[in-house]
Amino acid sequence: MNPKIKKIKEFWKDFSSNKVAVVSLIVFMLILFVAVFAPLVSPTDPYDLNTVSIMNSRLAPFSEDFSGNYFLLGTDGAGRDMVSAIFYGLRVSLGVGVLSGIFALIIGSFFGISAAFFGGKYESVVMRIVDIQLSFPSILVALIILAAFGKGVEKTIIALILVQWAYYARTARSSALVELNKEYVDAARCLAFSNTRIMFKHILPNCMAPLIVVGTLQTAHAISLEATLSFLGLGLPITEPSLGLLIGNGFEYMYSGDYWISIFPGVALLITVASINLVGDHLRDMFNPRLH
Amino acid sequence: MTPFIFTRLAQSVLVLFIMSLLVFGGVNLVGDPVEMLINPEADQAEVERVIRELGLDRPVTEQYWYFLVNAFKGDLGDSFIFGEPALKLIIQRMPATLELALFSLFISLIIAIPLGIYAGYKPESKTSKIIMGGSILGFSMPTFWVGIIFIMIFAVHLGWLPSTGRGEIGTFLGINSSLFTLNGLSHVFLPALNLALFKISSVIRLTRAGTREIILQDYITFARSKGLSEKRIVLVHILKNILIPIVTVVGLEFGSLIAFSTVTETVFAWPGMGKLIIDSIYNLDRPVIVAYLMIIVTFFVFLNLIVDILYTFLDPRVRIKGDSQ
Repeated sequence: MNPKIKKIKEFWKDFSSNKVAVVSLIVFMLILFVAVFAPLVSPTDPYDLNTVSIMNSRLAPFSEDFSGNYFLLGTDGAGRDMVSAIFYGLRVSLGVGVLSGIFALIIGSFFGISAAFFGGKYESVVMRIVDIQLSFPSILVALIILAAFGKGVEKTIIALILVQWAYYARTARSSALVELNKEYVDAARCLAFSNTRIMFKHILPNCMAPLIVVGTLQTAHAISLEATLSFLGLGLPITEPSLGLLIGNGFEYMYSGDYWISIFPGVALLITVASINLVGDHLRDMFNPRLH
Repeated sequence: MTPFIFTRLAQSVLVLFIMSLLVFGGVNLVGDPVEMLINPEADQAEVERVIRELGLDRPVTEQYWYFLVNAFKGDLGDSFIFGEPALKLIIQRMPATLELALFSLFISLIIAIPLGIYAGYKPESKTSKIIMGGSILGFSMPTFWVGIIFIMIFAVHLGWLPSTGRGEIGTFLGINSSLFTLNGLSHVFLPALNLALFKISSVIRLTRAGTREIILQDYITFARSKGLSEKRIVLVHILKNILIPIVTVVGLEFGSLIAFSTVTETVFAWPGMGKLIIDSIYNLDRPVIVAYLMIIVTFFVFLNLIVDILYTFLDPRVRIKGDSQ
């Protein structure tokens, strides 16, 4: 059998030993599907002004309007179908979370691995910056960026990257330090491969396991943080309605008892973040050598 | 030892300097506060007068220099909106934030330590699994959304607790706080529980991990072989040993409670510093934004400096490494 397929099969056998993690993974895949294909699976386009009617404003869940349209989770203040708004919101939230996660992974592992590889002054400066940054709570780092530079899609993504990169850098460095002592690195050095090649073709793939664990947990954190910032009105602009903005929109109606406008987007956010966290938690246990 | 402290002190000052550049530079590149401040019908002369009064006609570098010089004198500028010194506004609202953070720290320890010890003491029991599942859920729940649900259930639906403001303020030993009146306590309870939520999850995990380690120690086996009751072992031997590391970590994280209180204060309209900064960002009240960010950054930088120095006393390895640099 192809060794790669065998490895994947072994991995899956290990992973599926935890039923909660498997269910979480399936749930996350469904959410991902909904997010990617939001325009196809949504009952209506919530941002198409021709179909949204203000007459349908704040309909309760399970209600119908005069023309027979059915609203499973009700409508918001502008008469938008909540199901569709949540599907589109998932798209924005996941998009921002995953995109910032990928950038942070690239930047963090670059600095982490190069710090381990070159050592010396460069390493101590990089790791000092990482330490200083990690001594600030994530929301404060994001707050500084967004309060100083204003809100917006790019600024939110930049803030989320800045919040996350240090975690990746620290993880990448500590696993790269272990890898550097292994023989294959010496072998690669003897073959006079370039530093870049050794760092990113030889060491990086062997550091991926812990980075993926950090990646899942950090992405969940980033999605949650983005929602918080958007709720506060500091994150995404209203043209990019993420789940956090939907919850914020519903907040004003809550005192009049229209609970569904805030609650359902929050449930969607909770399920998303919890499913990623549960998968990440199980991956961490799997890759933790102390537990085997 | 001394060189170590000097390097760290120099680093702290450098961090503060970079932050001031970033914050001041950033804030002054965004938006036009004049537009928000004056009557839209004001004529050009009036606009110019306001700009001059606020010092906005000078180049940014000059404004920054004045800002630095004044900051050293303890003057962080006057709020555009309130017309009062920004520092005074922030200090006025500081007690509200501190009492919220302290009370939520108290709640989180009271709830999380017993649960954590139980989960570590009987790791295989059903209850422990539920506790640990709950702590993952607590990590995943967005704080602001839980706050909204609290308001919906306890304030709107059941009408048990108020959902906005600080309530009556009592005085005890010369300290004013809403923790000293019943009405004030009823106001602080929901926001504090909301703020505590995340901390509860993390303290449960910390306590559980600590308990599992301590249970394997010889002195626990010895206590058991002496015939001590399990109750005594848990309450004296385990609790005492676990409290020291937990109090250290939680104390260090007190700063993060203050940072996260911006969210809770906004949801519950709690009149603290966190709500002030969010309101100031909406109103583009630059001096208050800059002052708040600088104060909180300074607070964190010095908190970490103190922790670093304390560690050198506690852990000789840090000292040796610092000296050799």
